Amino acid sequence: MKLSYTVKSALIALGLLANATASADRTILNVSYDPTREFYQDFNKEFIKYWKEKTGEDVNVQQSHGGGGKQTRAVIDGLEADVVTLALSYDIDQIAEKANLLPKDWQKRLPDNSLPYTSTIVFLVRKGNPKGIKDWGDLTKEGLQVITPNPKTSGGARYNYLAAWAYGEKKFGSKDAAKDFVKKLFKNVPVLDSGARGSTTTFIQRGIGDVLITWENEGFLALKEFGASEYEIVVPPTSIKAETPVTVVDKVVKKNGTQDLAEAYLNYLYTSVGQKLVAKHFYRPSHPEYADAEDLKRFPKLELFTVNERFGSWAQVQKEHFDDGANFDQIYTP
Amino acid sequence: MPQSHIMPGFRPALGFTLLYLTLIVLIPLSALLLKSLNLSLEQFWGILTNKRVIASFQVSFVAALIAAAVAAALGFVIAWTLVRYPFPGKKIFDALIDLPFALPTAVAGIVLATIYEPKGWVGKWVIEATGVQIAFKPLGIVFALIFIGLPFVVRTVEPVLQEFDLAMEEAAASLGASRWQAFVKVIFPNILPATITGFALAFARGVGEYGSVIFIAGNMPYISEVVPLLIITKLEQYDYAGATAIGLTMLVISFLLLLLINSLQWWVRRRSGQL
Repeated sequence: MKLSYTVKSALIALGLLANATASADRTILNVSYDPTREFYQDFNKEFIKYWKEKTGEDVNVQQSHGGGGKQTRAVIDGLEADVVTLALSYDIDQIAEKANLLPKDWQKRLPDNSLPYTSTIVFLVRKGNPKGIKDWGDLTKEGLQVITPNPKTSGGARYNYLAAWAYGEKKFGSKDAAKDFVKKLFKNVPVLDSGARGSTTTFIQRGIGDVLITWENEGFLALKEFGASEYEIVVPPTSIKAETPVTVVDKVVKKNGTQDLAEAYLNYLYTSVGQKLVAKHFYRPSHPEYADAEDLKRFPKLELFTVNERFGSWAQVQKEHFDDGANFDQIYTP
Repeated sequence: MPQSHIMPGFRPALGFTLLYLTLIVLIPLSALLLKSLNLSLEQFWGILTNKRVIASFQVSFVAALIAAAVAAALGFVIAWTLVRYPFPGKKIFDALIDLPFALPTAVAGIVLATIYEPKGWVGKWVIEATGVQIAFKPLGIVFALIFIGLPFVVRTVEPVLQEFDLAMEEAAASLGASRWQAFVKVIFPNILPATITGFALAFARGVGEYGSVIFIAGNMPYISEVVPLLIITKLEQYDYAGATAIGLTMLVISFLLLLLINSLQWWVRRRSGQL
């Protein structure tokens, strides 16, 4: 009978689905921000293989991606992340502080300040760089359109904003001048998206703007997806080091009985396999010696500074720049 | 008295209604109220009188009002056309009206933005012809809200028009009324309450609309930032109390406006002899 055939195949499909999850003995959830999606897809496959070889256990890694702020809030509100791999240490600090899910000194627990990879902020321009953009100073030119997400909702945008601010402060010598500079820059922003992917879409799909300020890895990914024939990356002489930390969420792994698995997962990021994949997916590996030379060649050399070097701490940055009524709000006051 | 009804079942029906309203409406709304009680009155007032918050309230309510008014006018004409005139493909057009109901609002927003953006094929043409940019300006918000609100008007006006007794029109004509007089004095007053209901629904939907708006609005503070976006922004900064304060205020204003619109509707119906 035709119907029973349909029903049978539906049942088989269902069975397969159930099987895919049932065959895994344990599952961990990695809550991350937007641009790491492609990297973790690759990395999870390698990790599952490694874990099976090492222990014989079948495990599953689930991924959750979205704007960094949103993801952090979800974890605080009860999304059971075994590990978080977020865009800013400030976000993980908030998880420690607001939800008390992990100790406040979490960043000391893994090598390299819990940073298996970092990135930086670069410019994506239309092919041939028609507006001649070379450095942060060029972004305030009159009539130029700059695309960046809203720093109040996007982790990446905070790095964009801070990099521009640091440039202004160094170039013009004072905080007030830096504020003027950033204000001029944001006057050139015609659309304020809420996240990094949204801005990429605005710039590429919608064709709006002359320059997109974005993560280095997101820029490379855009070139790969949309063709290097239409866009090119411009690397400013100095930029911010985007520190994207990872950590285990203690209370969740204790409850789920996944502590060993979650820890092994993050440690695997630091191995030669992890580091190779990191570089392949356009992140800057913290141990470049493990990465393929060809992948490393892509990363241009530029002067990088960290948030701590220029701004003190994220808590200070938040208070001075992104709290309500602070600098970012002030530059938008009409 | 319940006994006087022919159909039994007043008690279970009322019980169900109360339970449903409590679980789905009252408890969530009181949670909103409770959460904002964390704030002192001073803090609450501080959040609401923040210039950027006030600006976003203006953007949201003004855009929703304009959009609802346009949707009411357009929706009336569309409903009229669908009810009164036969034309080829009418059934399809009739079905198309409901699409904004079914479409995920984010999809609607992305599509609208793509078409009306300065380089989109309608947007480009409008800019060339009039110099007006639609997408990424407050006007874009109005366009998105018209799209979202239109079916509310059409679907409330249509059944009333359908049931409108042609004999009344004929009577008006036989008493010597011109077509225009018959429309203004006989038909329109009967349709007006339904149009106002459609307007109120479109407005209520528009004020809280998020998905379709953020893609086309441009989201610039003070210019095209809507209240729901500001609520999300507050949440992303872990400012739960601030977000609920704005949400609660929005709720109160919307409730008052709906009350006002409903009494207007009641007044119109009484005046036109429907009550």
